[in-house]
Amino acid sequence: MNKIIQVQNLYRTYGKVQALSNISFDVEEGEIFGIIGPDGAGKTTLFRILTTLLLADSGSAFVDNCDVVKKYRDIRKRVGYMPGKFSLYQDLSVEENLQFFATVFNTTIEENYHLVRDIYVQLEPFKKRKAGALSGGMKQKLALCCALIHKPRVLFLDEPTTGVDPVSRKEFWEMLGKLKTEGISILVSTPYMDEAGRCDRIALIQNGAFLKIETPDKIKKDFALPLCAVHGKSMFALLKDLREFDGIYSCFPFGDTHHVAFKDESVSIEELRSYLEKKGHDDLILNTIGAGIEDCFMNLADGEVSL
Amino acid sequence: MSVVQTEQLTKKFGHFTAVDHISFEVGKGEIFGFLGANGAGKTTAMRMLCGLSKPTSGKGIVSGYDIHKDTEKIKRNIGYMSQKFSLYEDLTVRENIRLYAGIYGIKEKEIAPGTDLLLEELGFLKEKNTLVKSLPLGWKQKLSFSVAIFHNPGIVFLDEPTGGVDPSTRRQFWELIYKAADQGITVFVTTHYMDEAEYCNRVSIMVDGRIEALDSPANLRKNYECDSMDGVFHQLARKAKRQAD
Repeated sequence: MNKIIQVQNLYRTYGKVQALSNISFDVEEGEIFGIIGPDGAGKTTLFRILTTLLLADSGSAFVDNCDVVKKYRDIRKRVGYMPGKFSLYQDLSVEENLQFFATVFNTTIEENYHLVRDIYVQLEPFKKRKAGALSGGMKQKLALCCALIHKPRVLFLDEPTTGVDPVSRKEFWEMLGKLKTEGISILVSTPYMDEAGRCDRIALIQNGAFLKIETPDKIKKDFALPLCAVHGKSMFALLKDLREFDGIYSCFPFGDTHHVAFKDESVSIEELRSYLEKKGHDDLILNTIGAGIEDCFMNLADGEVSL
Repeated sequence: MSVVQTEQLTKKFGHFTAVDHISFEVGKGEIFGFLGANGAGKTTAMRMLCGLSKPTSGKGIVSGYDIHKDTEKIKRNIGYMSQKFSLYEDLTVRENIRLYAGIYGIKEKEIAPGTDLLLEELGFLKEKNTLVKSLPLGWKQKLSFSVAIFHNPGIVFLDEPTGGVDPSTRRQFWELIYKAADQGITVFVTTHYMDEAEYCNRVSIMVDGRIEALDSPANLRKNYECDSMDGVFHQLARKAKRQAD
């Protein structure tokens, strides 16, 4: 399969801050590849280098077989980029923005309308409205349309769902799924770990370095420790007592349960239960569970257990 | 005793009703989750409760003060932290604490020992002379929260405090919230993370300016027959008719 993005040993610093450290990865053509990590991890720096807006200190990167330094003009024609910060023309209307981006890329709205149709129909009632006066969700949809109108080979989406409510986030990912079927490759970043499952492969990033690159399922399967979800009546007190239990490697709150990773297989759930009962906890529910992406991220970021 | 009490609280912008006759109470020491899709009216409602926006109609009492008449007293007696801006980037950690403590009228001689205690609890003692802009986001958010409750307010309003924060810091942040609630500070919090909704004692979900549901997470899950708050939220938010913010 053709590799649409190839990155080798990329480094970038800002003064004393190491923004990217030895980043290497490939994205296959037609893949949705997710870069997942918190704010400040280096996601935007990576996107800016790949979209030819920033130079790396060292290392190489190719997008659609073009070197990001030598052939930056070719790359700019072939990629669509949606930055994290809304960067359309606020004083132009919805229609004018789309028209503008089509013209800049030497095409017309009509020519590639099929790509944006599903999204644009939702914007059509507001097409005369200035972009600056749109709602957050609508701005995001317009930005996606503008990034798509020249039928790019690759779409770069930098945190498209940050600050967006769970329902709109789900809709946005459904749109990306459709674009994939059109053959467009997508590199997308997000701080929301629950979105990882929507990607074909993901890279977990923290402090400028990749912790792991894999399919979401494989990452979850690779979680090496026995994991248990614990629920009780007084969750905060439960958390404190769990952390004092000997056989525990880590314990984190996860909504209505706490996820407890045991140091090894030798500790049984029943041992934990009797310890907690002795501490006076009621209505305990303990279940063995499989790890989620967030469990994996925290475990990998912690760096003490090799997975 | 309730720290927040509203009755038919309403805010209109022209013909648009952003907040539509909401009535609810929040008890002392409660962690109250204030959820809703973008544009449901959360921010407008929160601004009225903080004394930053006058209601069109309806009543509201926050920490014993009327949100129509006593807005200045409300501002003095609450804590507030937003996702976007809370601290001055070009001041050090210590200077930020001192500034906010001063603004809230804490006595000079109480500020220094209070600052040391706070920094020790957060494990930030070494960073006290670091400029805030060079701190990682998660640290900034933990510091903002501690600064927002430095004057020991009856209630603290948190507007998406954990957006973009890494998973383990996000959890440390919630432990700070629990601790504050333990000390009797009421916590009024918005979030887009549905697992965080589970950490609240009670949760309200706003749809199109109204409170569509208000209960403990466990009861909401039971009543809406969902196994997670995510499911509850989706069921309710899908009913929305009006356009997102």
